[in-house]
Amino acid sequence: MKKFWLSVPYLAFMIIFILIPVVLVFGYGMTVVNDAGEVQFSLSNFKAFFTNSIYVEVFIRSLYLAAVATVICLILGYPVGLILASRRFRKKSFLILLIVIPMWMNLLLRTYAWLTLLENTGLINSLLAFFGLPTFEFLYSESAIVLGMVYNFLPFMILPIYSTMLKMDYSLVEAAQDLGANSFDTFRKIIFPYSLGGVFTGITMVFMPAVTTFAISSILSGRKIYLIGNLIEDVFISTFDWHFGSTIAIILIVIILLSMAVTSRYEKENSGGGLF
Amino acid sequence: MKKLKTISTNVYLFLIYLFTYAPIVVLMLYSFNNSKSRGKFGGFTLKWYQQMFESETIMNALWTTLTVAILSAAIATVIGTVAAVAIHNMKKRTRSMVMNITYLPVLNPDIVTGVSLLLLFVFLKIKLGYVSMLLAHITFNIPYVILSVLPKLKQMNVNLYDAALDLGAHPVTAFFKVVLPEIMPGVVTGCLLAFTLSIDDFVISFFTAGAGVENLSIFIYNSTRKAINPSIYALSTLMFVTIFTLLMIVNRRTKQEES
Repeated sequence: MKKFWLSVPYLAFMIIFILIPVVLVFGYGMTVVNDAGEVQFSLSNFKAFFTNSIYVEVFIRSLYLAAVATVICLILGYPVGLILASRRFRKKSFLILLIVIPMWMNLLLRTYAWLTLLENTGLINSLLAFFGLPTFEFLYSESAIVLGMVYNFLPFMILPIYSTMLKMDYSLVEAAQDLGANSFDTFRKIIFPYSLGGVFTGITMVFMPAVTTFAISSILSGRKIYLIGNLIEDVFISTFDWHFGSTIAIILIVIILLSMAVTSRYEKENSGGGLF
Repeated sequence: MKKLKTISTNVYLFLIYLFTYAPIVVLMLYSFNNSKSRGKFGGFTLKWYQQMFESETIMNALWTTLTVAILSAAIATVIGTVAAVAIHNMKKRTRSMVMNITYLPVLNPDIVTGVSLLLLFVFLKIKLGYVSMLLAHITFNIPYVILSVLPKLKQMNVNLYDAALDLGAHPVTAFFKVVLPEIMPGVVTGCLLAFTLSIDDFVISFFTAGAGVENLSIFIYNSTRKAINPSIYALSTLMFVTIFTLLMIVNRRTKQEES
């Protein structure tokens, strides 16, 4: 089977549809059209982004909301990963499948579900009114966006923590107990350090989609609160400024690469579970 | 004390599952709700389902979603399987370089893949529409097929193919009679995975479909600008049930392969 021609169709496909598009993003992002109508190398779009207070605000808000959502996912998801990986459950694979399934369901539908729950006339407010409690305007706020992120991305935190803990040799815990450690010490010295690999994978896997989303923010804020994703959406779909749009895309890629660089060194030592 | 711990962890798990599934269940219940108001339940009805099937917009979007999913899964499976065989036989250095590039669409956030493909189509002057969306889906599906088929090729006994050749089989015959049956489970899993990912995709479709072409995800996104239409609940219910069934099949398959 050592035939070179076999790889030609895929190599061609790969170059056209994977490599060139990435090159184009960087090409467009680092050039502008000058007054004479020529394309020339320039980083002025980056300057334009970081000197405009509206864009900077969007940039900071995206990072902030994604970070808050990641922390909440960690707090909620960490115990779930530990509990499911503990030896108590016989139907482990089924329980974890129940966590995995929503990940594969359309993100828009899941977000749409919250839209109907949180509306002013939605189920939650109707229930509050029914019990004579005051109603709230839940939607169109930053908290609604964070809720949407937590809801959609929580499984991405639970799964890697679960699969890391599943691989842990339980006799380590028994050894610690035999040597007289109480449950807090066992957690601090054995379980927690072991789980870190999964935790860092989880952080990347929640932070990445959260910082790049535009559907969640635009649905749950009624297209009022902008994140970086919404900026990209606007520029590419409405104003067709390929150069500036690519600049924002590069900024997003840099954020992703930086966050991956921070977490990847921990992942390598203790690679958390894959998604599949 | 120990019992208290068991109870509290169980309660915690229950709350997490409730948080995960309650919105989905509520959405499903609304699809059978006779009252258009979401505050109360006005009796059982199937009229939203009927309305959904009678809506031309929804049916067009469904048709787009399904045909793109079937075509992109089929084409990606063929290209991806051939690519996996080719990659399997590459020298180590070439292979790791090709795999790194193959991983790009898997690692890149969807929005980056989406806009980069949009730029490609603009650059190549391909008109945005059904075809560009299909090409985009094939692109993001191929890596998953390759990643499903490669492990099967690694498990395969290398001598089988050579034995077929020694016995006088044409390389193509040998591929179809010897190699393909061996790697078939990986090919089918890759194909199902590609189909599911394609049905589920929103972001990449959104950027590559252009104006006028809608799949179901784009339709739902666009309709969040308007008043809530209960036939979307009916649509969601059907989509949830479909994806749920597909995942159960994929899960059973991977389990059988493992055992």
